[in-house]
Amino acid sequence: MNKPGYFGQWGGAYIPEVLYETFRELREVYARAKADPAFWQEYLDLMGSYSCRPTPLTYAENLSRHFGGAQIFIKREDLNHTGAHKANNVMGQGLLVKRMGKTRVIAETGAGQHGVACATMAAKFGFACTIYMGEEDVHRQRPNVFWMEKLGATVVPVTTGSRTLKDAINEAFRDWVSNMDTTHYVMGTVCGPHPFPEMVAWFQSIIGQEARKQILAVHGRLPARVYACVGGGSNAMGIFQGFLADPSVELIGVEAGGKGLDTGQHAARLASADASPGVAQGYKTMFLQDADGQMRDTHSVAAGLDYIGVSPLLTDLWEKGRVRFAAATDQEVMTALDLTIKKEGIIPALESTHAFVQAFKEAGELNGDQAIVINQSGRGDKDIFTIAHAFDDPSWKEFIRKKGEEYAAR
Amino acid sequence: MQLAEQLREARRKKEILLMTHLVLGYPSFAVNREVIRQMVENGVDVIELQIPFSEPMADGPMIIKANQEAIAGGTKVADCLAFAAEMAAQYEIPFLFMTYYNILFKYGLEDFLRKAKEIGIKGCIIPDLPPEEGEEYLSLASEFALAPIQIFAPTSTEERMRTLAGHGAGFIYCVARRGVTGSKTDFNASFDAYLARCRRATSMPLAVGFGISSREDVQILTGKADIAVIGTATIRLVEEKGPEEVGPFIAGLR
Repeated sequence: MNKPGYFGQWGGAYIPEVLYETFRELREVYARAKADPAFWQEYLDLMGSYSCRPTPLTYAENLSRHFGGAQIFIKREDLNHTGAHKANNVMGQGLLVKRMGKTRVIAETGAGQHGVACATMAAKFGFACTIYMGEEDVHRQRPNVFWMEKLGATVVPVTTGSRTLKDAINEAFRDWVSNMDTTHYVMGTVCGPHPFPEMVAWFQSIIGQEARKQILAVHGRLPARVYACVGGGSNAMGIFQGFLADPSVELIGVEAGGKGLDTGQHAARLASADASPGVAQGYKTMFLQDADGQMRDTHSVAAGLDYIGVSPLLTDLWEKGRVRFAAATDQEVMTALDLTIKKEGIIPALESTHAFVQAFKEAGELNGDQAIVINQSGRGDKDIFTIAHAFDDPSWKEFIRKKGEEYAAR
Repeated sequence: MQLAEQLREARRKKEILLMTHLVLGYPSFAVNREVIRQMVENGVDVIELQIPFSEPMADGPMIIKANQEAIAGGTKVADCLAFAAEMAAQYEIPFLFMTYYNILFKYGLEDFLRKAKEIGIKGCIIPDLPPEEGEEYLSLASEFALAPIQIFAPTSTEERMRTLAGHGAGFIYCVARRGVTGSKTDFNASFDAYLARCRRATSMPLAVGFGISSREDVQILTGKADIAVIGTATIRLVEEKGPEEVGPFIAGLR
């Protein structure tokens, strides 16, 4: 019998005493919601009327023909309101915040998608909202900062540590230990102390529930493989839960290979040999850390994957051999993104494109009777600055230069 | 002599004890050595040695910076252990380790605690290791006769405090307020009620930390707590005025 909050040997709740009562309350509210069918129905209604659920499963006919193997299907989480699967989690937690009677939400964000989703939820439900974002990510994802501020949130650039996602999480906790009476911390992924991994996975399970029904309807049987990118792991856990009980479906998590696994500049916790067991940010998992237990700097073109740890649920599934892990390099991501845009007229986020890379590598190994599903966790068109920069697009650079001159002249 | 006994003995001679804190390797072990010398010479009763960690979740800006710079400057856990061994051998007052759980976990919990005992450390403060996650830590600490210092917070119920106290030894670290280390604490009526709650929950000595930075603060705690904890204040002092100011500052606290 496992301790509560553990998945195999991973997970737990390594929290300071000052948050003990706050977590007790959260576990209670979550358990009550989970036991209440009316809560899930309220959630489904909200996601149907506010966030375009169910999201479609798109048959990628041109890509399928291009690779000449498996039939490729894309689960379109990019069509959620705010452009990513993050909406599923924040709207669910927003309903819990209402039940707890709290009036303020805080969140960390890497790519800015979770921050925008959280600010949107706060605007809709009337909560005050503060978003912590690593200073490096503020620069990488400026348009998302703009929208968070327009939505009424305060965006705090975090200047400690490596100035990325992990540091934003630390700062959000520091806010929470001061303001827990009024404030809920809307953790954006399936990481952190119990009950966050399990609770966020529950809200994200809506992806897998839909995808399973959809692929059975259109393909007549289960897919051979399901691909998802893995930063913290929330979109992957979301879609994988639809197929965990089907041993014939192979599940593949794709991490950020950055500049290559042999360069050390990556964020591949489970696909590389560089991570080791550790306890940080409130939970036990495989972390990219040195021999002393100090966290290392990670690298990815995709801010949302640029993180030292990974969901304890996924580490358990990896250890048990249920989920296979691979890594995609920054360069492979740009090639796959270009191909997807040209062939299907679909623009995945840089994060999501990692899953496409691995699916493209393997599609040809399968035959035309088999299907694969790629989870497109978010859309890329909102990342125009990052993607244009990554493509080193000359006419875009010219436009930015002119726009700069125009503002400078005023 | 075990920590609790050593503190009780010290407490018989003084109205309130002083516990100070520093981050190992920040700004350097040489400065740490000088600061500790001044602290001991000016009557500090117990010293917390913080082994730096890259994710110091419970700390405020000043101590975060100290952690980061110590690590960036090349401070290793092995250096911290060697330095602590030197201090414990040189001075009679008790030394404690304060750090985050990953440092122990990665070193090997049993190896770390055995080593701590061997070099003369008296106890550990691990703010991200609640007793629910610390079964192995607590049993090993008891095996090695190290005090696993437990932490009370203003949000802890009296029932919770009793549970925590049941797992602790040495003294209880009472966090004076919500929030992180390094900002001001308001010692009002609700603080007094909180301390009274702490007192009812345990017969162990009570240390009060977070935002204690002046003679006035120490005076307020005298008669209410057994130990006043000075953390960020001395780090800030060393940073702003240099290590030679630590002695006079400590001497002026009571």
